[in-house]
Amino acid sequence: MTGEVGERGRWAAIPVFGLILATAFPFYWAIASSLTPESQLFRAPRLVPRTLVLDHYRTLFVERDFWVPIRNSLVVAGTTTLFCVTVGALCAYALARLRFRGKVPLLGLILAVSMFPQISVVSPLYLLLRALHLINTYPGLILPYLTFAMPLTVWLLVGIFRQLPAELEEAAMVDGASRLRAFREVVIPLALPGLATTAILTFVYSWNEFLFALSFTLGPERQTVPVAIALLRGQYQVPWGQILAGSIVATVPVALLVLAFQRRIVQGLTAGAVKG
Amino acid sequence: MPRGDPGYGVERREARLAWWMVSPALAAIVVVALFPLAWTVWESLHLHDLRMPWLGRPFIGLDNYLEAFGDPRFQAALGHTLLFAAVSVTVELALGTVLALAMNRAFTGRAVMRASVLVPWAMPTVVSGLLWKFMFDGDAGIANAALVKVGALNEPIVWFIRTDLAWVPVILADVWKTTPFVALLLLAGLQNIDRSLYEAARIDGASAWRQFRFVTLPLLRPAILVALIFRTLDAFRVFDLIYVMTGGGPGTSTEPIALYTFNSLLQYLRFGYGSALSVIVFVVTFALAMIYIRYLGSGITETRA
Repeated sequence: MTGEVGERGRWAAIPVFGLILATAFPFYWAIASSLTPESQLFRAPRLVPRTLVLDHYRTLFVERDFWVPIRNSLVVAGTTTLFCVTVGALCAYALARLRFRGKVPLLGLILAVSMFPQISVVSPLYLLLRALHLINTYPGLILPYLTFAMPLTVWLLVGIFRQLPAELEEAAMVDGASRLRAFREVVIPLALPGLATTAILTFVYSWNEFLFALSFTLGPERQTVPVAIALLRGQYQVPWGQILAGSIVATVPVALLVLAFQRRIVQGLTAGAVKG
Repeated sequence: MPRGDPGYGVERREARLAWWMVSPALAAIVVVALFPLAWTVWESLHLHDLRMPWLGRPFIGLDNYLEAFGDPRFQAALGHTLLFAAVSVTVELALGTVLALAMNRAFTGRAVMRASVLVPWAMPTVVSGLLWKFMFDGDAGIANAALVKVGALNEPIVWFIRTDLAWVPVILADVWKTTPFVALLLLAGLQNIDRSLYEAARIDGASAWRQFRFVTLPLLRPAILVALIFRTLDAFRVFDLIYVMTGGGPGTSTEPIALYTFNSLLQYLRFGYGSALSVIVFVVTFALAMIYIRYLGSGITETRA
């Protein structure tokens, strides 16, 4: 970056400031409203709420057992991520470094599968999971999640392994280490930050997934967080306070993860140019 | 090649190791993606109604597809999807370009900027949909209050019962969530432009507008195209956002193709017909994706960076 802030840089402040404001306001409003008593929620909205209460959060966790969808989401997204990063790293390393016939079509296939519309495999997956009695179970969500998580992980990791210098593992192999040992002892430690970024992205996609979780669960005992929030119903009216409280709870973990690794995530996203 | 010319045996061993390393991930992809996709195609050629199991699963050729193309609800859903994709992607690209140009300027507060780009992108789509639904909900939602206060509206509007106005919060929610991501992709493109080109243009006396028009825009074209294809792919598959915001309503007036497919499958349990709709969505998305892959083709075949 050049340091030419001056007058040419000044106009840039307006859109950027607008962006920050436009991004922040809905969050502010959701947090403020989630702390507003139900009785005041739909009376003339005030930018600064007068009374703040934790009622909605309490109802959500005490009466609605919101721990259950959180546990479900952690189990499903966590397992998917672990499996995909482990298996995907092996695959990605071969695709990035080894020479073999069929590599280019394989890369094309993985990229094509990463763009599959989820809806196009809902019907067979539903019939398959039903036949295996896996509807409304953890494996019944983790297996479908591989359809988007596996190609995503492999694709990101191929990019990461290609960026590493090949000299170090070649030196290790000249010293007599096998390809696999060089991979395990030289490449993996070097690629750890990239592996972490990939894991975070995979986790975020799995945590946020909605269509499969909606299609392949039947009741609250296996619903993930997004499904649980989307299906919150009140007796007479929409329980907005609880929905917003749940939305905040659903956003905080992914927001923290992404913010903690923001620089690397931005690089990973724009280099691999994965789907939004 | 640093290791000299490898012998035939070495090559064979390397290829065997490669296939061994690739196979677990490849097996997973075949089982959960390719095999189900083939099954969807097979299913789409059959009459399969889970509510009428006594009918069995007879082969009916292309009847499901013929039905789809004559189905007014399908045609409407296709129209809604195209409308949503065209409007939201256009707005996102225009706003995203402005933002990317602004962000590319040397500027303090990059961390805050990056945060406000990443958080909307990272949050569940379901949540962003619900946030915007809440802001536009009822008589006393903040959107109505603000619009009445500034005089844009005389009285509050019930947005979600109007077949035309229900699109406004839906598209706003999509623009809010994804414009930052578009800006990020374009920013990466901008940062690849050689700065000496601008100096050359300045020495030649080119105005800021002419620099943008003849240096920035042509060199940014690849990044714009990538963002365009990504967003179009996503917009064509839109499901979560509309499911939580309007449920496709009022009536079916905001129902996109993915939601109609979902309803055909899991609400009406018409698996044959729903599968035909799935195949249609797949074919359209795949055509778009192929353009993208061709575009990135040089990147795929390059084996070493």
